[in-house]
Amino acid sequence: MTLVDRSTSAKNSTHVLMALVENKPGVLTRVASLFRRRGFNIESLTVGHTENPDISRMTIAVDASKTNATMVANNLFKLVNVIDVQNVTKEPSVMRDLALIKVKANAQTLFEINQMVDIYKAKVVDICAESVIVEVTGPESKIESIVGMLKPYGILEMVRTGLVAMVRGSGYFSGLPPAENGNGDAAAIYAEN
Amino acid sequence: MKRTGAQILWESLIAEGVEVVFGYPGGSIMPAYDALLDYPNIHHVLVRHEENAAFAAGGYARASGRVGVCMVTSGPGATNTVTGLADAMLDSVPIVAITGQVGSAFVGSDAFQETDVTGVTLPVTKHNYLVKDVRELAQVMKEAFYIARSGRPGPVLVDVCKDVQFASTDFDYDAITVRLPGYQPKLRGTNQLIRQAAAYINDAKRPVILAGHGIILSSAHDELRQLAEQGHIPVSTTLLGIGSIPASHPLNLRMMGMHGEAWANQAIHEADLLIALGMRFDDRVTGNLNTYAKHAHVIHVDIDPAEINKNVLVDVGIAGDVKRVLEQIIPLIEHQARAAWFAQIAEWQQEAQSRDILGQEDDTLHVPFVLSEIQRQTDPDREAVTVVTDVGQHQMWTAQYFRQERKDGLLTSGGLGAMGFGIPTAIGASFARPDEEIWVIVGDGGFQMSIPELATIMQEQRRVKIAVMRNGFLGMVRQWQELIHGHRYSEVNISSPDLLKLAGAYGILAMRAETKEQASEIIAEARSHGGPVLMDFVVEQEVNVYPMVAPGKALNDMLRRPVNERIASGL
Ligand SMILES: Cc1ncc(C[n+]2csc(CCOP(=O)(O)OP(=O)(O)O)c2C)c(N)n1
Repeated sequence: MTLVDRSTSAKNSTHVLMALVENKPGVLTRVASLFRRRGFNIESLTVGHTENPDISRMTIAVDASKTNATMVANNLFKLVNVIDVQNVTKEPSVMRDLALIKVKANAQTLFEINQMVDIYKAKVVDICAESVIVEVTGPESKIESIVGMLKPYGILEMVRTGLVAMVRGSGYFSGLPPAENGNGDAAAIYAEN
Repeated sequence: MKRTGAQILWESLIAEGVEVVFGYPGGSIMPAYDALLDYPNIHHVLVRHEENAAFAAGGYARASGRVGVCMVTSGPGATNTVTGLADAMLDSVPIVAITGQVGSAFVGSDAFQETDVTGVTLPVTKHNYLVKDVRELAQVMKEAFYIARSGRPGPVLVDVCKDVQFASTDFDYDAITVRLPGYQPKLRGTNQLIRQAAAYINDAKRPVILAGHGIILSSAHDELRQLAEQGHIPVSTTLLGIGSIPASHPLNLRMMGMHGEAWANQAIHEADLLIALGMRFDDRVTGNLNTYAKHAHVIHVDIDPAEINKNVLVDVGIAGDVKRVLEQIIPLIEHQARAAWFAQIAEWQQEAQSRDILGQEDDTLHVPFVLSEIQRQTDPDREAVTVVTDVGQHQMWTAQYFRQERKDGLLTSGGLGAMGFGIPTAIGASFARPDEEIWVIVGDGGFQMSIPELATIMQEQRRVKIAVMRNGFLGMVRQWQELIHGHRYSEVNISSPDLLKLAGAYGILAMRAETKEQASEIIAEARSHGGPVLMDFVVEQEVNVYPMVAPGKALNDMLRRPVNERIASGL
C-alpha cells in the first residue's frame, strides 16, 4: 500500500474541471460547501447558462499542487444536482478568461496604452480624463502578461471572470445528447459523429 | 385528487410503506400534526428530544433495512436533529427527516423559529430540499425516499414551509417518476477490473479480506463467505462490518483497528494483499497511514467512487455494489492452501489467548464478563436478539465479547461515535423488530444523556433491556487520560442518580448487580420479564480496553493486556 498523495507534484499545476449542474436554487452553495468541507483548494470557479435552460455549467480550476483533482471530480459527482464532471486538463481545449482593467492614463500614456492594447488584441471600452478601462480575453497567461505590462501605468481596479473551457472538436458535453436537450437535429448530429 | 400539503406528507409516507414516525410537534409543523389525526395507520412515537427522533429513525432503518422517518418543527426542533443526521450520514443509514419551516413569505426574514435548516444540514445530509410550493411536495417526497435508500444510503431532509402544508394541489403519487439526471449510482465493475482483482487474489500469499458495513447494506453475506471459503482467505471486519461473517466462522479474524483483535491487526500489517469490501479505511481502522500495510497491494470495492483512493492508494478500485461485484469476481477465484499464512495467524491467535481478560482469575465484575454472559444466556435465541450499544469502552467490549453469529445483530454508532445513541436507537429498532429481545449496552455517561427517553420506552411499552455499565467514569476518556495523558484525570468522574429509584419513577423494572453471580441472575431475570427492564451493573472502575492502537501509532504497535503466565504455560 502507498499513502495517498493528496496532491500532485507537477509545477504547472492547474487542473480544469467542467461540471454540468441542474439549474436549481442552492446548487452553488452545495458545490462551495463541498470544497470548504473537504478542504479543496480551488483557484477559480465560474458558473453560467448553457444551451439548455435547465442546466448550468461550471468551470473549476483546481490547484493540483494542493488538491487531487480526481478527488474533486468524484466528490462533485456525488452531489445529486451535479449531472456530469469531466477533467479537461489534458484534452485539447479552448480556455478563456476575461479581464476588465482600469488603468491610469493621461494624454501622454494613452498612446502607449493603446499600442499595447492593439498588440494583445484587447480593447479600450471606456475612457475618461484620468483613466481607461481595458477589456482583454484570452488564456490566463495572456491576461497575466498584459497585466504585467500595464502595471507601471498604475492599475486602479481589476476584475476577472475566471476560467471557462470547452473541448475542441465535434464531441460535446451537455449532459443530455442533443436528441433530448431540444437544441438541434439529433439525427444530423449523430450522423456527423 | 386534491390534497393539502399536510395530507400529501402522510399519504406519501403511506405510499412508501412507512408505518411508524418518530417526532415532536411545534409551530411550523402543526398543519401536518393536525392531519395526522386522519391517518390512524401511521403510528407516531412522541420522543422526548428531537435528537432522539433522528436516532430512533436511524435505529428503525438500521434494524429493518428500510427508510426511517422523523418529523420535527422548525428552528430548535430541526437543529436538535443534527447529531442524528450526522450519525446517519457517516454510517450510511437511510432516513427521511421532515422539518417544518416558517411560511414561504417569511423565509429569509429571521421570523420566529426560523433557522436556515437546509443550510445547517447541508454537510450532514446526502441531499436536502426546501419546499416552498405545494406542487413540488409529492415529487420531492418521492425523490427523498429514492435517494435515501439507493446507492450509498444516507439521510435526506425535507424542509416544508408552513403555508405549503395548508395549500392544496392535485396528488397522484404513483404517477410521479423520479428523474434525477445527476444521480446514477454505479453498480458493477468493468470486466477488466474484475479480472485484475481476481489475478491479485489468486497470486496472493498473505491476503486478508476487510469486510465493512457495505456487506451488510448490500446483503452480500453469502458472497463474502463464498469468496473467503473458495479462495481460502481470512476475513477481518470493521466495527460496522461485524455480522458480515459469523463470529464462529473459522476464517473470521474478527474486528480490526484501534481496539481490534491483535492477530487481525498483525495479519493486516503483514498482508501482501488487502481486499477491502464496502469499507472506507477510516483512521480508526488504519492507525498511522504512513506505516499501514506496507507490503500489501490493495483491492477496494465500494459503491461510492469518492471513497476509492481517498485514504489509501489502491491497485484496483472498483466502484460498485459489493454484492454484484463479488458475484462477478467469485467465478474467477482459485482455491489456495496458504498454509504458512494460516499457521502464522494461528500463532498470533494463540499468543493473544493468554492476554484475554476473561481468562484472568479475579472475582470482580467487569464489562467483558457481563457481555459474554449476556451472549451466553441469549445464545439459544440468537436470531431474535439485537444488541445496541452506546459509545465508549462498553461499545468496544461489545464488539469484542458479544460474538455475533447473526447477520445484522449489532447496531452501533461507528463513524460519528455519538454518545446518547443507544437508547433511542433501541427504541427505533424495537419497532422494526417488534418480536425481538432488544438489548442496549450503555455507559453511565451515555445513559445520562438519554434518561428522558425512559418515558418514551414506558409510554410505548418497548421490550427493551437496558444494561447500564456503571463504572463511575467516562470510561473511554479516562482510559485515554490514563494511557496517553500521563494519568491526569480531567472531568471524567461521573456520578449517577440511584438508578433503581430512577427507573422506579418511570415505572420500569430495575435490578442491580455487584458480583458476577448477581450479574448472571439479573440477566436471566431480565430475560424472563416481558416489559422494559433496566439493569444497573456496578462494574470495576478502571479497566482498560485492550488491545489499543494509540493515535498516530502503526496498526501492529498495540498496547496489550499483560500475558497471564498461568494461561500461557497451559496450567
Ligand atoms: C456526544 C458525545 N460527547 C462526547 C463524546 C466523547 N466520549 C467518547 S467515549 C466517552 C465516555 C463514555 O463514557 P460512558 O458513557 O460512561 O461509557 P464507558 O466508556 O464508561 O463505557 C466520551 C465522553 C462522544 N463520543 N459523544
